[in-house]
Amino acid sequence: MSTPDLTSTSSTVPTRRSRPLIRPRRKFNLPLTILLVVCTLTVLVPFFVTVSMAFKTGSQAVQGQAFTLPSPVSIEGFVEAWRLTDFPVSFAISVFVSAIAVAGAVLISTMAAYSIYANWERRFFRFAFFYILAAMFLPFPVLALSQIKLSGMVGLDTPLGVGILHIMFHLGFNVLLLTTFLRNMPPALEEAARIDGASTWQTFWRIIFPVLAPMSATVGIFAFLFSWNDFMMPSMIISDPSLQTLPVVNQLFQSQFSSNYHVSFASYLMALAPSILVFVFTQRWVLSGVTQGAVK
Amino acid sequence: MSLTTSDATKSAAPARPAPTRKRGPDRTHWLFLLPTLIVFTLCIALPAVMGIFFSFTNSVGYGDWDFVGLANYQLMFTDPAIMWSFGFTLGFSAVTVVVTNVIAFLLAVGLTSQIRGRVVLRTIFVIPMVVSPIIIAFVFQFLFARSLPAAAQAVGFGPLESSILADSDLAWISIVIVTAWQAIPGTMLIYIAGLVAIPHDVYEASSIDGAGPWKQLLTITVPLMTGYIVINVILTFKNFLNAYDIIVGLTDGGPGTSTRTVAMTIFSGFTDGDYAYQMATATIFFLITLAIALVQLRLMRRKEK
Repeated sequence: MSTPDLTSTSSTVPTRRSRPLIRPRRKFNLPLTILLVVCTLTVLVPFFVTVSMAFKTGSQAVQGQAFTLPSPVSIEGFVEAWRLTDFPVSFAISVFVSAIAVAGAVLISTMAAYSIYANWERRFFRFAFFYILAAMFLPFPVLALSQIKLSGMVGLDTPLGVGILHIMFHLGFNVLLLTTFLRNMPPALEEAARIDGASTWQTFWRIIFPVLAPMSATVGIFAFLFSWNDFMMPSMIISDPSLQTLPVVNQLFQSQFSSNYHVSFASYLMALAPSILVFVFTQRWVLSGVTQGAVK
Repeated sequence: MSLTTSDATKSAAPARPAPTRKRGPDRTHWLFLLPTLIVFTLCIALPAVMGIFFSFTNSVGYGDWDFVGLANYQLMFTDPAIMWSFGFTLGFSAVTVVVTNVIAFLLAVGLTSQIRGRVVLRTIFVIPMVVSPIIIAFVFQFLFARSLPAAAQAVGFGPLESSILADSDLAWISIVIVTAWQAIPGTMLIYIAGLVAIPHDVYEASSIDGAGPWKQLLTITVPLMTGYIVINVILTFKNFLNAYDIIVGLTDGGPGTSTRTVAMTIFSGFTDGDYAYQMATATIFFLITLAIALVQLRLMRRKEK
């Protein structure tokens, strides 16, 4: 789980393997360890503040002191945040949008990547590849205004529309990752299926889709993190405020309830927790995803 | 990416009739790609073309419109609000690129050294990457607006006793801090990938020659990491140009319009009724991003040779 998964993605395994031989257990660097532990405070303090504020009572939170512990511990902030943000609804909408983004990213990107990979000698598929890739260079603000117009015209100014846009916006990056992965696949796998008389449809589901599983996991997790955390697209595209995702509904604490800190932080915590949990359980794919994506 | 270009030339030249696979027109492959391609065109390409098209009109986003040629562009280049947002976006991005890359590089060096608890430490440092930027900006907004002034008052440190978010000269600092906070993990992971790929014998040899850790860092690590530094600088720069969520959460472009980025200026086009005008801004913004992307492609191709 530690460094090996990073090294396995970079191609310089030989030198790395020999490292423990050259340098058998040397003593570790204590001052550096302490320095890095101190540095983690910059990450941990904002989360500590979020948790401690969330569990304060209204009267304690009003003082706005970030670094005091909650005493007594209270969940009234959560109760109030649950009610104000209509949490079950906005949570369900966030889940809905992310589920579409994840399922779509995995299915559509693998299908597109496979057909591009298998037909690379056909000009149209090659063109399609670079066409899809080009979208990586289009900043969202450039598209946004026209997208709002178009999605409104066809009635997709809804969570469903945001899910579809999330899929399409990351198609280029995902197809790039997946086609690179397929090119490194031994062609014998696919040819064996062909000789056995499998159709393209069967080859995809029996051979290609399972082979792509590790990369699909990376694609899916990034699709989840991006979609769950996104503020810009839902806030622009979804026209009905009662159908907004969690990051957008949290905006309401910025204006109306500015001194009810315990309520706002309880709500922030409920919005942050799922992505942190997903990260903790899937960090292997997150870490390798970043390196694979960047080095290409 | 350039890898695929070379593949294209390779496979296009000798093996046209695809000798290994014999296959008629395969409908499944078209089924796999065409629907996606159509939706993609409607969601991405069409809005982009529409935007550029309307930048030459006087549309307000609905109703009638006429062509006005380059009038929007002329107006834009003399509009102090838009020029400020371009300047602010570029300036803030440049500063944040430096802050992010220096800290990420040092953390990566630290995390690949002989330390205890490497896995736990690395996991903690990556967390900012996976949380929602707007929510984290709300948390920091509280820290900057309430906690920092309170702490400054307690120790009697004058300059920070009022919120930096309310100071139009200082508010950008908070944006740099939070943007860097969130961007450092991804950048750091790429540096870690580069650092673990450096063969260790190089360090062995130099320490036999008597080089200390700092000398090694400057004369070995940094030069060997140049390729990764270039990639990271371009990636982060491209991302920061699009900064939106964090700024909305921290300052919402304020105080006044002192921290308004290009993205926020463009979005104002829909509520302020100057749709066509802001599409001109968007077009110029796209050209800047494209220029950076082309530089990136060129540098990466050179690296491959």
